Amino acid sequence: MNQPASAYFISEEKPEIIRTTLAVIVKNEPGVLGRVVGLFSARGYNIESLTVAETDHAKHTSRITIVTSGTLATLAQIKAQLNRIVPVKRVIDFHGDSDALSRELALIKVAGKGDDRVESLRLADAFKAKVLDAGLEHFTFELTGSSKKLDDFISMMKPLGLVEVSRTGVATIRRGKGKV
Amino acid sequence: MSSSKNKSANDKLIGTEISGAEIIVNALREQGVDTIFGYPGGAVLPIYDALYQQDYITHVLVRHEQGASHMAEGFARSTGKCGTVLVTSGPGVTNAITGIVDALLDSIPMVVLCGQVPTHLIGTDAFQEADTTGLTRSAAKHNYLVKSVDDLEGIIHEAYHIATTGRPGPVVIDIPKDVQFGKTIFKGKNSYKDFEYDPITEPYMPAIKMAIDLLAKAKKPVIYTGGGIINAGKEASEALRELVKITNFPITSTLMGLGAYPASGKNWLGMLGMHGSYEANLTMHDCDVMLCIGARFDDRVTGRLDAFSPNSKKIHIDIEPSSINKNVRVDIGIVADAGIATKALVEEWKNHKGKRPNLDAWWNEINVWRERNSFGYKNSDDIIIPQFAIERLYELTKDRKTYITTEVGLHQMWAAQHYHFEEPNHWMTSGGLGTMGYGLPAAVGVQKAHPDALVIDIAGDASVQMTMQEISCAIQYNLPVKIFIMNNEWMGMVRQWQQLLHGERYSHSYSHSLPDFVKMAEAFGCLGLRIDKPSELDAKIKEMIDYDGPVIVDCRVSKIENCFPMIPSGKAHNEMLMPDDLGDIGSVITDAGKKLV
Repeated sequence: MNQPASAYFISEEKPEIIRTTLAVIVKNEPGVLGRVVGLFSARGYNIESLTVAETDHAKHTSRITIVTSGTLATLAQIKAQLNRIVPVKRVIDFHGDSDALSRELALIKVAGKGDDRVESLRLADAFKAKVLDAGLEHFTFELTGSSKKLDDFISMMKPLGLVEVSRTGVATIRRGKGKV
Repeated sequence: MSSSKNKSANDKLIGTEISGAEIIVNALREQGVDTIFGYPGGAVLPIYDALYQQDYITHVLVRHEQGASHMAEGFARSTGKCGTVLVTSGPGVTNAITGIVDALLDSIPMVVLCGQVPTHLIGTDAFQEADTTGLTRSAAKHNYLVKSVDDLEGIIHEAYHIATTGRPGPVVIDIPKDVQFGKTIFKGKNSYKDFEYDPITEPYMPAIKMAIDLLAKAKKPVIYTGGGIINAGKEASEALRELVKITNFPITSTLMGLGAYPASGKNWLGMLGMHGSYEANLTMHDCDVMLCIGARFDDRVTGRLDAFSPNSKKIHIDIEPSSINKNVRVDIGIVADAGIATKALVEEWKNHKGKRPNLDAWWNEINVWRERNSFGYKNSDDIIIPQFAIERLYELTKDRKTYITTEVGLHQMWAAQHYHFEEPNHWMTSGGLGTMGYGLPAAVGVQKAHPDALVIDIAGDASVQMTMQEISCAIQYNLPVKIFIMNNEWMGMVRQWQQLLHGERYSHSYSHSLPDFVKMAEAFGCLGLRIDKPSELDAKIKEMIDYDGPVIVDCRVSKIENCFPMIPSGKAHNEMLMPDDLGDIGSVITDAGKKLV
């Protein structure tokens, strides 16, 4: 049987996967992070990075920042599903927002001797990483920046004796004096 | 109703120190709760003690906690009120979960109070401890663990607010035993008014106007409604009837929405979807504008998504924003209460100026489809054909105040096709979750709410065995439910799928070792009736109706009857199978379709 083509189907044929950062403002109560994370696993969505901390103690407010990816339709559904969670107060999507500032912090331990050690320190200086801890055969750097900058730095450290990395995940806020 | 009386009765308690258990009982009373379905156990004994010392709330003792949650669903669905369940910790909660998820998927308002081990034992794998909030996180609309007796009263009122507003659903409150014993000042319901949960109910009017512009130009319109209209109350059904009357649009509904528009109405197409009518599905497929109110484009309704109503503009009204554009992309999405939005549509339609297309050609097309008589079947003088049994049941009960519940399977689909509903809230069935064992306890819940009504569970032999023990509960409380078992000795729907999709290999779908339902009825202490021949149907159905007490009817029906029409998995609305297509049915379904459920 010949089906008339559905406009709906054609537009969905090659969906573009988009990455975005969501700030989820929640009431800080026990289990709220479990609800948010449980939603992503139950409905098969991705979490690429997640940060959470209380942002207003008096108002019991926490901010969960999630980097996720999916088609535009999936992202719209993720936001709608997040809004169904009772303690979720707001969901802010930073996709395509040129005013969004995103930063991540990493602690990076590099061990080595001789030229490698000198080179790691030189690169750290170029990336404006701080030396938190140093020994005769290692450095621990603190680096803040975009996730891309952290990725680049970490990949350069690999041949120089990278030992261990600890990253915080992304925090995002909008430029300007206004509140999101 | 009697809420002002309840309030004054509670007024003298305000400002006094009472126990957590007493707070629960009094807060429920202020919420207007007069019936709860429950089962006691170690972790809820203080609440049971408080219940014992009052006489406003009636407690219905179930036989299994799954029965409690389904009874609360039946109670809620047939009254429009919130159902209330009380169970103990551990197995009490895990048994109730099936009914909780059922209520979540079918948007039934329910509050489930659970006992929990005392707070200092939580996390120690104590006796009858289960992680209730963890287990019910995805099973309920929301849940709470009450850690302090000071939080208890506010949580109860917030729970009823969340369960009954927005898209309704079950809310679980997990209450440790020490919190039930703990004491605090009772504040009264009026102290808890401002809840953060505040869903949108009013439609965005420019969107309503856009919708009316589309509808007014439609040459082939259709209205497709669901359980949301039922949940929005009787006014919503009235507004829908008005809308259909002034527009003369054809109307179909999901399984959950039956009764919102009367089955005798001239614009009624019958139910749509996998076992819906030929005319309803073809109208959906060929329409140019679809107005969906309070339904969610479930896979049983849409069939193959990429061929679902391919040439139509779609308008979707739903109280839950995440339902819009979830499965089917729509042109106009309106977040609103179904009743308020339907009334707004009625007003705007009346105000809308301009010439409207003549719908005669569209109705002529639909009437040709109607002539296929897709719910037709071949009757027999020797064997009871299940569709015929339901037709007789309908004819003999339609003039009474009758409520119908069902289990899940072929009998459920035949009931939806052949029992005709004129009013909302008279049809209780498990749609989203498809829970076998729903119908019997749901019937008990309905009967509890409507003691004088005729409540019939149209059941199957397999489903009814899942919650059979609740007939004991019906007998205890003199609830004269009628359990009408369409006994074909098979899990009929499983058998049908095995016949059509799995080369007639009937793997474990035959109901071996069936009990003698008549003797079982007698053993429980109610009336058992057996119907073997079509000629006995009317007399036995009348006997069932006239008997003052619960009845189990073992109606022996054809073992090989299948449910048609049917949209096979992976097929579109216009690719329905009719009974006469049966010859090459196995080859009709593609391999990809076989993977679908």
